[in-house]
Amino acid sequence: MTDDLNRLSATRWDVVVVGGGNAALCAAIEVAETGASVLMLEGAPETYRGGNSRHTRNFRCKHDAPLSVLTDAYEEDEFFDDLMRVTKGKTDEHLARLAIRKSEEALPWMEAHGVRFQPSLSGTLSLGRTNAFFLGGGKALVNAYYNTAADLGVRVVYEAQVRHVGIEGRRFTHVEVEKDGVTHRIEGRAIVLAAGGFQGDIDWLARAWGESARNFLIRGTPYNKGVVLRDMLDQGAESVGDPTQCHAVAIDGRAPKYDGGIVTRLDCVPFSVVVNRDGDRFYDEGEDVWPKRYAIWGRLVAAQPEQVAYSIIDSRSIDLFMPSVYPPESADTIDGLAQKLGLPGAKLRETVERFNAACTDGSFSPQELDGLATTGIEPAKTNWARPIAEPPFYGYVLRPGVTFTYLGLRVDETARVTGPEGRYDNIWTAGEMMAGSILGQGYLAGFGMTIGTVFGRIAGQEAAAHVA
Amino acid sequence: MSLDVTLQTDPESFGADATDEARRQVEICNACRYCEGYCSVFPAITRQKVFASGDITQLANLCHNCRGCYYACQYTEPHEFALNLPRALAEVRTESWDRLAWPGGLSETFQKSGVALAGALVAGFALMFFAISALPSGGEGFYAHLGHTAMVAIFAPAFLLPLAAMGVSLTRYWREVGGTRVTWADLREAGASAGRLRNLSGGQGQGCNFEEGDRYTDRRRQMHQLVLYGFLLCFASTSSGTIMHYVFGMEAPYAWYALPKLLGVPGGVMLTVGALGLAWLRTKADPELGAPDVKGGQMGFVLLLAFVGLSGLVLYAATGTAAVPLLLALHLGSVLALFLLIPYSKMAHGFYRFAALVREAQIARAAS
Ligand SMILES: Cc1cc2nc3c(=O)[nH]c(=O)nc-3n(C[C@H](O)[C@H](O)[C@H](O)COP(=O)(O)OP(=O)(O)OC[C@H]3O[C@@H](n4cnc5c(N)ncnc54)[C@H](O)[C@@H]3O)c2cc1C
Ligand code: SF4
Ligand code: SF4
Repeated sequence: MTDDLNRLSATRWDVVVVGGGNAALCAAIEVAETGASVLMLEGAPETYRGGNSRHTRNFRCKHDAPLSVLTDAYEEDEFFDDLMRVTKGKTDEHLARLAIRKSEEALPWMEAHGVRFQPSLSGTLSLGRTNAFFLGGGKALVNAYYNTAADLGVRVVYEAQVRHVGIEGRRFTHVEVEKDGVTHRIEGRAIVLAAGGFQGDIDWLARAWGESARNFLIRGTPYNKGVVLRDMLDQGAESVGDPTQCHAVAIDGRAPKYDGGIVTRLDCVPFSVVVNRDGDRFYDEGEDVWPKRYAIWGRLVAAQPEQVAYSIIDSRSIDLFMPSVYPPESADTIDGLAQKLGLPGAKLRETVERFNAACTDGSFSPQELDGLATTGIEPAKTNWARPIAEPPFYGYVLRPGVTFTYLGLRVDETARVTGPEGRYDNIWTAGEMMAGSILGQGYLAGFGMTIGTVFGRIAGQEAAAHVA
Repeated sequence: MSLDVTLQTDPESFGADATDEARRQVEICNACRYCEGYCSVFPAITRQKVFASGDITQLANLCHNCRGCYYACQYTEPHEFALNLPRALAEVRTESWDRLAWPGGLSETFQKSGVALAGALVAGFALMFFAISALPSGGEGFYAHLGHTAMVAIFAPAFLLPLAAMGVSLTRYWREVGGTRVTWADLREAGASAGRLRNLSGGQGQGCNFEEGDRYTDRRRQMHQLVLYGFLLCFASTSSGTIMHYVFGMEAPYAWYALPKLLGVPGGVMLTVGALGLAWLRTKADPELGAPDVKGGQMGFVLLLAFVGLSGLVLYAATGTAAVPLLLALHLGSVLALFLLIPYSKMAHGFYRFAALVREAQIARAAS
């Protein structure tokens, strides 16, 4: 239900929820189920509600036996080991294990609140044991939660941008929220902050990462600009996560600046040679299977001049990966392709010829690490090193695409935020805004939604208990 | 096979015609695949990388317009990809029916225009009034007003000619989508899907998105099932009557417990309720997720079905009263209009959908 803020600001709400993605919705539903009044302030218009959650496809879930669409078992220790591997130990073990353990009961809760699951999508069979896929994807999940929330009486206001969280000592008192250029003051007895990261604010990214971040693409919503995060940090809330870092993957360089989502992914790199603007190779394209490498390629491309790179394959490889959403450039000669891509032709030809000469005989096997490696060139290509020789040749442009930022608010196991005077009495946070506690580095597919669901629910339960 | 890039589309440049536009959207879906669990269309998409026009025609006719993939899509307007796959496929679908209809021209009129359908209905009434007053009668019941011979003289061609025209269209369809020889297994598979309207089930039986926007409901499937099975019962009723007449020499009117009545009365009720239900649901659904051009024609068609069912029931209820000639003319006139318009109205969708399901069964089997 959408409502006029003027009227709504006359009420003192039990719980105000800031944000409109997965974490916010889980919190709002938990509160509303206790009968407390909930006002949800979503900064985006209704058509774009749901933040980055609308771009997701699955969540990672512990289970000791087959559960819903999940096969076999995925136990706590294996899950935690997977997390340790990607974060290189940068995680709060206590919170991480909490998220992992609670993911198992989250799945039936999600189903009971309208989410539907499906077996893993074609092309992602490797995730069928660990990740439960949402029927229709994240936007269907978000829609289901909005409907459930509406049925429970949650009031939602769209295009309601929270600018400031009013705090007196350790107590939250009100929020200042802007809609249609007018600022309203809304009072509440407790607040849950679930407004995502700051990757939508390019200036902030550029300050944190460096000017080159202006050439990054943002894979998700433009509405996560970190306004609430900034406001909390300015008021002395404790932070976690590296403030300079973001998770960036290599995506199609032609993607829209924002909200390109899943379709802009490119899976051609392992079967290609990748060159920079000058036509030089710069990294081992065949180091590992793509799902394990697409994240480091975000950083690799970010380090190249103009933050751009070009992945070049020949006709033998075009059917080896999921289709791209943008058609590749193609030409019958490397020179012709260079021209279409705006690369120096002679240089590209030389790079490809040197690469081809360094390829060795052996069997090429796209589905596994085949050990087919180059000899005598730097950098080497250590798997799938097959000459780029059979026209037509195809080229894709790569750019870094930011998924999320790591900086967030520190929380305890009750999702409560800590300020300069200790734990706040009535401020909780969930989702991307606190994920840096658990995901200090790297990313584990599907864990963002796990963190959001588990801590969103905890935050909601705690806030509800506070106002009960 | 290597990718023919000339066939792949720039996702941000909208198609010049319905097929190009659907192709653009289908390619985006193929890179996304989130909607894979809703219906048969997405698994069919993922089997290919590029899509010839015939492939798009096939996908369009396979789509049941359940709308799940619209509400679940993160790329709907105002996103620059502007996805609205239910509409894009609906536009290809209705255009394909115009193109494939034989003879040409009629489909454009009757698919689009509810007024034209109403005109056809009035013409049907007029013809039947004329037949009842001018042609010889003889017999009991209805035959007292319009003789059996006259009835057959009108309805046999009115039924068989449209079917023949439909046959021409389906042959054209089959050629366009590259269909191969049909086997029993294909028919069984398609029949199972059509019989349960699997593609309106939302993939898990929760139903589709129609009258309640992004909430799933199964009402549309239920109403459609009433229409489908109600229509089939009515059809079976007429067929049983024909067989009783010719094979067993048992002539109408039949008692309430005779087969034609036992099939026809529940069939008529189901058809009427289902068609009115569909019409009501239509008033609540978002017209932007279908082909807006044919909105009037589709509503007109659903109401025509309801009229056929209702007039049949009323006619039966009025047995023996003075209203029979009038009601008979109205009922038979509507049946006549319905039959004659089979290849040129929404009625054609059943035939094309079934053909698409058969073709899908073939492709799925070849791929597995
Ligand atoms: C393309 C893509 C694919 C992904 N796929 C997956 C996946 O498959 N599985 C997975 O687990 N994770 C995935 N992630 C990560 C996942 O999206 C996040 O971890 C998760 O959505 C975070 O949920 P959230 O509720 O914290 O934030 P969000 O869903 O981003 O919600 C933040 C909300 O806050 C609102 N907001 C922001 N600022 C304000 C303000 N000032 N006032 C009011 N409202 C405000 C926003 O409009 C938005 O509604 C993906 C991310 C991207 C970009
Ligand atoms: S309709 Fe949208 S969400 Fe569904 S598969 Fe297509 S692009 Fe993806
Ligand atoms: S509208 Fe329904 S049937 Fe048609 S493609 Fe979308 S999900 Fe499939």
